[in-house]
Amino acid sequence: MLKYILQRVVLMLLTLFIIIGICFVLIRLLPPAQLDPTDIHKDVVEARREAMGYNKPIMVQFGIFLKDIFTKWDWGMSDKLYVGRDVFELFSSKMPATVIVNLYSIILSIPIGILLGIWAALKKNSWIDHTISTLTMLIISVPSFVYAFLIQYIFSYKLGWFPFVMDQGTDYFTWSMFKSMLPAIMSLSFGVIAGFTRTTRAELTEVLTSDFMLLARTKGLTRAQATVRHALKNCMVVILPSIFGQFIGIMSGSLIIEKIFSIPGVGQLYIKSINAPDYPLFIMNTAFYTAIGLAAGIVVDISYGFIDPRIRMGSKK
Amino acid sequence: MDTNIYEHIPKEKFAFKQLDANIHDQKLETKSRGYFADAMVRFKKNKSSVVAAWIILFLILFAIVSPLISVNPVRHMDSTYTQHPPFIRAIADKNLGIFDGATKHESQSEKQVAIWRAIGEETGLQPVLRIVDTTVQKEKYRGQWRDVVYHKIENNKYYERGVVYRVVSYDEYQRIQDFQNETGVQVIYPYVEPKDIMGIKDNPNIWYQVQDNKGTPLQDEDGNYIYLPAYSTDSSIEGPVPYNSIRIEGDPGNYIYSAAKSGAVHIRICYYNYYHYVNGHEPTYIFGTNSLGQCLFTGIGVGARFSLIFAVIVSAINLTIGAIYGAIQGYYGGLIDLILDRIAEVLGGVPFVVVTTLFQLHLAQKVGVLPSFLFAFVLTGWLGMAALTRKQFYRFKSLEFVLAARTLGASDWRLMFKHIFPNALGTIVTSCALVIPGVISSEVSLTYLGIINLQELFGTSIGTLASQGQTAMTAAPHAMLFPSIFISLLLISFNLFGNGLRDAFNPSTRGVED
Repeated sequence: MLKYILQRVVLMLLTLFIIIGICFVLIRLLPPAQLDPTDIHKDVVEARREAMGYNKPIMVQFGIFLKDIFTKWDWGMSDKLYVGRDVFELFSSKMPATVIVNLYSIILSIPIGILLGIWAALKKNSWIDHTISTLTMLIISVPSFVYAFLIQYIFSYKLGWFPFVMDQGTDYFTWSMFKSMLPAIMSLSFGVIAGFTRTTRAELTEVLTSDFMLLARTKGLTRAQATVRHALKNCMVVILPSIFGQFIGIMSGSLIIEKIFSIPGVGQLYIKSINAPDYPLFIMNTAFYTAIGLAAGIVVDISYGFIDPRIRMGSKK
Repeated sequence: MDTNIYEHIPKEKFAFKQLDANIHDQKLETKSRGYFADAMVRFKKNKSSVVAAWIILFLILFAIVSPLISVNPVRHMDSTYTQHPPFIRAIADKNLGIFDGATKHESQSEKQVAIWRAIGEETGLQPVLRIVDTTVQKEKYRGQWRDVVYHKIENNKYYERGVVYRVVSYDEYQRIQDFQNETGVQVIYPYVEPKDIMGIKDNPNIWYQVQDNKGTPLQDEDGNYIYLPAYSTDSSIEGPVPYNSIRIEGDPGNYIYSAAKSGAVHIRICYYNYYHYVNGHEPTYIFGTNSLGQCLFTGIGVGARFSLIFAVIVSAINLTIGAIYGAIQGYYGGLIDLILDRIAEVLGGVPFVVVTTLFQLHLAQKVGVLPSFLFAFVLTGWLGMAALTRKQFYRFKSLEFVLAARTLGASDWRLMFKHIFPNALGTIVTSCALVIPGVISSEVSLTYLGIINLQELFGTSIGTLASQGQTAMTAAPHAMLFPSIFISLLLISFNLFGNGLRDAFNPSTRGVED
């Protein structure tokens, strides 16, 4: 098991390295962002660029880039958007907003999603099941900006319950801040709820018809007992890993939702860095998103092995 | 013993059953059904998918037809009629409450309503559609309490603009007159001098005698507002080009229609009719206009055309590449599989937004925005298909029929695509149906975020329209609503249709996954 995990992690790091390498080369092949000649930061930025080897061959530049990261954890300096600020520091300052909004959203939506899924599966082919399944299907199909619009229009504009966009500032744990985050949290939750409902329902309906459920009933368990002890336990094999995946994913945030509700998070920083264009910021962001994506994949895969002893990780088929 | 009755049965008790009959298989009475015919039958049983299929057909027709029948080309942007609600003159005149360009105004005083009504009195295009609600408030005015009446009214936003000032050249002035003579539509209205209306200079809609400098009309003894024309008759300020066109009702013949202004004329024009003059047709916006003054009806059609065509092309390319890649992986296995799998993993690890951005930065200038967008979709889009095909190939490649074909000397290529692939086709087809909505969804999200801008190429796209609508959501909710409805309907129907297709082609998974 340990060997398998190590193997996966090493492979992931290799993949990450290759992706960052390719992105780095592609970005550095572009002419660096034009500086405003009247900008007072011009000299600083130019000096910094010189130090990062902008005039040297690409592979030397990549070497300097890696060396800076490994020795000083220095990801470079923002040269267009927030001139002169350290990219990593800038990035970490944007992280709390994203994490908090997403955390609230999944804490709210995972239980609801699973409960709805269980309900639908237990009442299979009744009107409850049909309603839940249809709604799930609708929400999964509709792009997130549509229900963000509906929430903003109905709750913020027509009813006036919430502010249109998230409050500025960094005191994330006040009531007014929470209230201003709610529309964004709701918009994020719809998709997650629908996803979990669908997975839970699909898994549970399959488990409920299996032979061991019949055996459990035969030996005298009530339907509730059999469902909780046997069916749910089996269905968690699929659900738990995706919960872990979601928790890792909270750091990446949603580009669209962050833009609509102007959440000062990493997603918005990313969009800005693309439009600016601010290449050091872009590379840092890319590396981060890639790492999150890969890490989520690994965690999901490995957690299967921990949760379900029947699945042997890394064994030869 | 009982069993003994079945023993020693006499020979004559036996008779020949079918001595002369030909023994052969009975020909099947029922008509045989192929794989696809069978799938069609199952598909038709799924009512929601059939409905979804019809909706898709309708939306495709809409995309084809709407830019053709719309009077407003997609690049036509009117700088005045921006964020205007749906309006069709023929329906608005019937007063049904739809397509009348209605926009709400809260708490309008009696005076203000009288000023709105004046626009209708002059141009014949009455902006005040209906008074929705009336409230009476007590207000303190110069130390005394008095009742003030406030109305909540609905105005036709197209008529509301009323009359505007324009400075036009002599030629233009003449052309407008020619247009008036030809069509009988009154564009130019008589000139009003500020000195006649208490010095009001910035409101061209004041054409009547006023009692204060806010534009309140005169009142008769009963307190009703009356509109007495204040048009100028002073021919000394008139522009050098004579006015030889239709005159408004009640014109004794001495009203002047323009004022001289250093080499040009200053005129009052009814914007609604001026629009008619400029564009050759009256404003007709079935879905209204967005913040740029673009017609949403045309815009959605144009955007949908692009989305649909793009999705079909991307899906076709991805499926082909994925099938070939997966086939090679699955068929050869071993080291080749391992290497190809690593490549796929690296590609799969790059976030899609990053791919799109990099392609935009690098290729957009060389090959254009659209091809680079296409490449971005193709670069990682085929991975899912490849994984699926690979799995199917692993399943089938060790079966006897493959061995038999190989023994007969079939080449690798033939084995792959003549023997194994058709067997895997069922599973592959079923997953294809859900690829198209996926592509549409990502494309719309990217244009929404503004990472890709197709405005120069096609005029607009659904994502662009939605993001423009989002910014002006409170002023013009329709600008967000119509693109949202369209894209939601499209994606929902495609997903329903895809699910139905998958169930139909794959009876074993029916009911397991929804």
